[in-house]
Amino acid sequence: MSEEIKIAKVMDLKGLPCPMPILKVNKGIKEVEVGEVIEVWSTDPGSLSDFPSWARTRGHEILKTDQNGEVTKFYVKRLV
Amino acid sequence: MKQEVVMKNVEAQIEALQSQIAAMEKRIPSNKISMIVFSGDMDKVLAAFVIATGAVAMGMDVVMFFTFWGTPILRDKTKKAGGKDTMGKMFGAMLPKGTPEVKLSKMNMGGMGTAMMKSLMKKKNVASLEQMMEMAEEFGVQIFVCEMSMDLMGFKREEMIDYSGLSYCGVATFLEQANDSKIQLFI
Repeated sequence: MSEEIKIAKVMDLKGLPCPMPILKVNKGIKEVEVGEVIEVWSTDPGSLSDFPSWARTRGHEILKTDQNGEVTKFYVKRLV
Repeated sequence: MKQEVVMKNVEAQIEALQSQIAAMEKRIPSNKISMIVFSGDMDKVLAAFVIATGAVAMGMDVVMFFTFWGTPILRDKTKKAGGKDTMGKMFGAMLPKGTPEVKLSKMNMGGMGTAMMKSLMKKKNVASLEQMMEMAEEFGVQIFVCEMSMDLMGFKREEMIDYSGLSYCGVATFLEQANDSKIQLFI
């Protein structure tokens, strides 16, 4: 049985190229509480590599990555 | 008696270790990136600002040093400065007056290439140099301007852009910052 992830905030970053997705998600994660999860939509192919790098560096967790065509959805949990 | 000697020995060893750790801590650089922006090319400076803003997102402090051809990028087109000598006036007229006048390092083709690149960037939603600089300011990216370049090219402080966190310096300031940075880049 898969557990439903509770989303605190959705960020639509479609159409934004590097470096904008990282700048925006870094700002957006600060707007939720520690332990909460944000859902981020990106069409930037670089995000697939960048989001994990950013999350590792900042100490956040990417719970799930859903790639559906051009749009990738990242579920990021704020840990710090 | 023997135990006392051993204890004293251990205490001395701990003390020695503590001072060693303190000395090593001083040598660990801050989570900071120092960049020299030497180039006055639009593409290279754009790359510098992409790295600068990205570094802030990665949790780093960012310091940028503008020198030589990078200096005129920080001029404000709308500002004028008087009291220049002939050479200063010449340099002032020939060098770009801020971001709107900077060119690509390749394929400029008399300005056509740069114009094409700018319209392509707009179409693809890539942030312009002006937008990147605005974001850098908002993020607290510090900018230092080389005093020697200013003097050499005859630039006055009153013709430079309004940017909070802009100050003027010499080489020692850069070296102090670079020495305390994990990453140093020359662009």
